[in-house]
Amino acid sequence: MSDHNAAAHDHVEHPTWKQYKWVGFWLLVITAIEVWVYYTPFKDSKLFAPALLLMSAVKFGVVVFYYMHLKYDHPLFKRLFAMGLGIAICTLFALLFLFGALKIGG
Amino acid sequence: MTVATADTPTGHEGHHEHVHYTSTGLENRKIAIWALIGSECMLFASLISTYLIYKGRSKVGPFPHEWSCKTSNVVGKTAELVAGCAPADVLKPILDIPVTSQSTFVLLMSSLAMVLALAAVENKGHPLPAGAGWWDRCLASSKFWLMATAVMGVAFIGYQSYEFTSFVHEGLTIKTNLFGSSFFTLTGFHGAHVSVGVLWLLTLFAIDVKRGLKGKNDVLLVDICALYWHFVDVVWIAIFTLIYLIQ
Repeated sequence: MSDHNAAAHDHVEHPTWKQYKWVGFWLLVITAIEVWVYYTPFKDSKLFAPALLLMSAVKFGVVVFYYMHLKYDHPLFKRLFAMGLGIAICTLFALLFLFGALKIGG
Repeated sequence: MTVATADTPTGHEGHHEHVHYTSTGLENRKIAIWALIGSECMLFASLISTYLIYKGRSKVGPFPHEWSCKTSNVVGKTAELVAGCAPADVLKPILDIPVTSQSTFVLLMSSLAMVLALAAVENKGHPLPAGAGWWDRCLASSKFWLMATAVMGVAFIGYQSYEFTSFVHEGLTIKTNLFGSSFFTLTGFHGAHVSVGVLWLLTLFAIDVKRGLKGKNDVLLVDICALYWHFVDVVWIAIFTLIYLIQ
């Protein structure tokens, strides 16, 4: 092991308490919007599901990048997570198409 | 991949930390937890896809978002569509969004408490600023934040137990229909993960009380637990949207 590598590992910058607080605040705000939208007539719109998925993806990304420190950590961790998540998403869509829950062009 | 062990004195006489770095300069256990998280993504993706495939294919109620009638098998989005059904046979939409929203808030806040627990362990040994108030002392207490995270995890399990119990009282069990089978399996697996996380947090709390969490090795222990806890949180973010909110 090189000391340089170990030293690089030991000096990873993490967000401050204020950043954590703001991340938590925005997570709560987005969740509140999701729940509020559920009780509005927008629920019957075609854009309801895409809008919720978008907000959910933002929350997912914020937790992964800031709370799990993926933004600040070594790229290998990003690759390990992206590989698992990528296979998971492909599996999900493959199963949905295979069993007819999703159809191309209708 | 070559592995080397770094022995770092911790200040305790005769006690050394063993941090196992690989040739990448990264700690073995941290690589392992990220690999575990990646594989757990696949597990939950398969459970979520099973739920989505079976969605709308149940023959009998109760249904997640629809009203239905036990005797006539009429299903509709509004109560008016089952107006002709005897009141005792009417099945309401079973998902309770207000209760689940509260449990989602609790789990999101537990993630905030978890990062503060990690920050408190990382900053141990740094003196508090002059004139530090109760909030600064609170922020510096890893015991407080570990226990707060565990308590919020227990609260989340409490919400889930309440939800499961009320579903059973309303006639939905794991054997009732396809919705029940896939719903209880998915949320049950998630609840089991939260329970494991709570036990992990309580173990770290006990270590903190017994000898104090400090030094690189202990930061790593808390960091690994935090990664697992946040993963449980992001899985719930997906479940809450896909299962509870989208009809």
